[in-house]
Amino acid sequence: MNMNRRALIVACVLASGVAAAATEPAPGAGADWMTWRAGDDVTNLASLQRGARNFMGYCLGCHSLKYERYSRLGIDLGLTPEELQQYLIPPGDKPADYILTTMPAGDAATWFGKTPPDLSLMARARGSDYLYQFLKTFYVDPSKPTGADNLRLPVTAMPAVLSELEGLKRAVFKDAQETSADGKSMTVHVFDHFEQIAPGRMSAEQYDAFVHDTVNFLDYVGEPTQAERRALGIWVVLFLLVFTWLAWLLKQQYWKDVH
Amino acid sequence: MAGDGVIGDNPVDTSRRVFLTSATVATGAIGVGFALVPFISSWMPSERARAFGAPTELDISKIDPGQMVIVFWRKQPIFVVRRTPAMLATLAGHDDRLKDPKSENSDQPPYAKNVQRARNPEYLVLIGVCTHLGCMPKARFEAALPELGADWPGGFFCPCHGSRFDLSGRVFDGSPASVNLRVPPYAYPNDHTLVIGINDVNQKGAA
Amino acid sequence: MAAPVPPPAPPAKAGGLVAWIYKRLPVEEFIRDQATGYYAPKNFNIWYFFGSLALVVLVLQLATGIFLTMFYKPGEATSFDSVEFIMREVQWGWLIRYMHSTGASVFFIVVYLHMFRSLLYGSYKAPRELLWLIGMLVYLALMAEAFFGYVLPWGNMSFWGAQVIVNLFGTIPVIGPGLVLWIRGDYGIADATLGRFFALHVAAVPLAILLLVVLHLVALRHAGSNNPDGIEIKERVGADGHPLDGIPFHPYYTVKDVVGIGVMLVMLAIVVFFVPSFGGLFLEAPNFEPANPLSTPEHIAPVWYFTPYYAILRAVPDQRLGALLMFLAVALFVFLPWLDRSPVKSMRYRGILSRGALAMFAVCFVVLGYLGLQPAEGLYVILARIFAVGYFAYFILMPWYSRIDKVKPVPERVVFHEHE
Repeated sequence: MNMNRRALIVACVLASGVAAAATEPAPGAGADWMTWRAGDDVTNLASLQRGARNFMGYCLGCHSLKYERYSRLGIDLGLTPEELQQYLIPPGDKPADYILTTMPAGDAATWFGKTPPDLSLMARARGSDYLYQFLKTFYVDPSKPTGADNLRLPVTAMPAVLSELEGLKRAVFKDAQETSADGKSMTVHVFDHFEQIAPGRMSAEQYDAFVHDTVNFLDYVGEPTQAERRALGIWVVLFLLVFTWLAWLLKQQYWKDVH
Repeated sequence: MAGDGVIGDNPVDTSRRVFLTSATVATGAIGVGFALVPFISSWMPSERARAFGAPTELDISKIDPGQMVIVFWRKQPIFVVRRTPAMLATLAGHDDRLKDPKSENSDQPPYAKNVQRARNPEYLVLIGVCTHLGCMPKARFEAALPELGADWPGGFFCPCHGSRFDLSGRVFDGSPASVNLRVPPYAYPNDHTLVIGINDVNQKGAA
Repeated sequence: MAAPVPPPAPPAKAGGLVAWIYKRLPVEEFIRDQATGYYAPKNFNIWYFFGSLALVVLVLQLATGIFLTMFYKPGEATSFDSVEFIMREVQWGWLIRYMHSTGASVFFIVVYLHMFRSLLYGSYKAPRELLWLIGMLVYLALMAEAFFGYVLPWGNMSFWGAQVIVNLFGTIPVIGPGLVLWIRGDYGIADATLGRFFALHVAAVPLAILLLVVLHLVALRHAGSNNPDGIEIKERVGADGHPLDGIPFHPYYTVKDVVGIGVMLVMLAIVVFFVPSFGGLFLEAPNFEPANPLSTPEHIAPVWYFTPYYAILRAVPDQRLGALLMFLAVALFVFLPWLDRSPVKSMRYRGILSRGALAMFAVCFVVLGYLGLQPAEGLYVILARIFAVGYFAYFILMPWYSRIDKVKPVPERVVFHEHE
């Protein structure tokens, strides 16, 4: 076998090995999903901007943010009015408008069985870890009306709308023994790991960053004043410490007299 | 204040005591001042009020000649009147009966400080709030109406206390009101659109 | 006209005006009786801060509450939205809201510590029984106020918490179901309920609290304060007519209380600005979803300050008996002045039985509080039963152990260590 051909075969073997490694998850991939954390990144404006863009592109079709105005978003995320109008405001909406989905609630309830909830406060009601896990544990399930199910919220009415980006994955369950409350031993289906069936447009890292930014954005929307709150808090606590210290000195002065 | 040696007297420390008292009280007062800010500021218009205070747009091509349309800007009624040439003609010739014919004491943007009190003479834009005590004047565009007299050129009449204004909103002598009806900031981004609340088509926020 | 007798030493600057006021209002006598001339024991320790702190928190709640009422719109359709409006669109609304929600929890922390002081030093014993009873009425009013207030945001926990607590009244024999319908004003927790809770929370109960607090202070000043040694300082009076162990409230305790207020404000500010939800204890996560009669939260729990009693309620397998025991758990406090048969007021001079019982009670209260936050299953229920027994034992066995307990001799004069 000449050198070129050999090199070609080696290259193919290596390439297929690498490709196999890319599509095949590590053993137990996703088994630790309940420990996944969203992280607190709410002062990262770039992340919030990306998250806002993600939301408008992938979520606004069904979900509203009815307590937030576009104009408020623009100010908090450091966007110019032109950037806000161009990248985030859908045609027909004005900056002062609340961020509302155009999907009619009644129809949505018919199509999905449930009206897609408003997401303004979802990060506060369920926590950002919950949202992060929710967006990363969709799996293919032909037995469900949407063709998908979710580990974080089993039997969710929401379709796997991000599968275009994440790809399709399957959940592998295994049987395990458990003792029930009244001492009987039972067999339960326990999640073991995910298996990627088809790739999405994004790599695993890219998708993770996408979810991180989007959840970060929802965290911000849950309480837009949180950055201001923390920044002001430092001054308030410092001032009060100074005041208390002065009051303490004053008290000591007077109490020297008491025997 | 002595009670069996419970409390001693140390005159040496009095000045330090006074200083500390003043310092503590002063700091406390500053703190109270800061603490009042959120409460007092909460009365300022909320985001919602400010959003509704944003400029109002109107399609003026829909207004017939001689017709008045009322829209709202910042919770106030705005009169938009499409004046006919006949109505414009009535503006001349009664300066001696007006309190402020040249609008020197009245409130209007610079481009409305003329006889027509408007950017474009065809359209009159006024804040429909009587400059006396705030009632909404009624349109009385027809000349020589019986209840207003033979020399009534047409204009606005306020029912609360009888103030009269001409077809540019200028106040007549004998009215309790002392200045002309106010003109809001407005601009024409194009021929058929009127935006109330900005002075300049490039301006975003309300004036 | 005869020259009027000038009042003693009005401030030089405003002499005229102040003198004019002094002649027409008993300001001077008030200052003398309540501040500079009110002699309090000099041995107050840290446990004696909490009364003045409670007063400060009351003022804070009134101020923030009034401003919230300016923007809050009561009604099934509007309450939840109006709270978010305050949080996002009213200038500084978020700060006013957080101060009010944090203040509510701080109020209970302060009040519980204030009550614990009374258990430590026998402050409920004669001649202060009525002071204690009035204080118990303040506590009851405060619990009602907190309960009504929690319903107002109309979140999912507001709704379901109201549902559970109001249903408790249905366990009362004969009148129960009718009473529940009357309280609710409808066949389920609804707009009618919200409207009346709003009126009670904003007007009726605050007025009651203010009146009771005034009575509480009057009763206190009349009997005079107790102290950590449980000695009646008025029994030993000096040549000038003042208690030997007393010092004027003003300036000594005004200046000391300001320090206490400063420390409390620092802690309040840390919570308000950095952890307003306090891990879901001060603002519960399910309450960030609107009330939904079709969806019960996974774990219905009242706010932390009610959880000791909630644990007792759930520990009992019978609904009626559980409700009865829960009410009893609060009511027993009222009887303390008469359950306590010890000749000595302060724990400092009581024996091991009384001290042990109080320590056990404190532990039971805290543990029951924790258990009330957990789901009512398995080990939690068993523990709740055990600690509920401990809780009740403190009261029910008190006539016995307080009587037979070996007491130490009470000193003649208070124990005082000079402050640095």
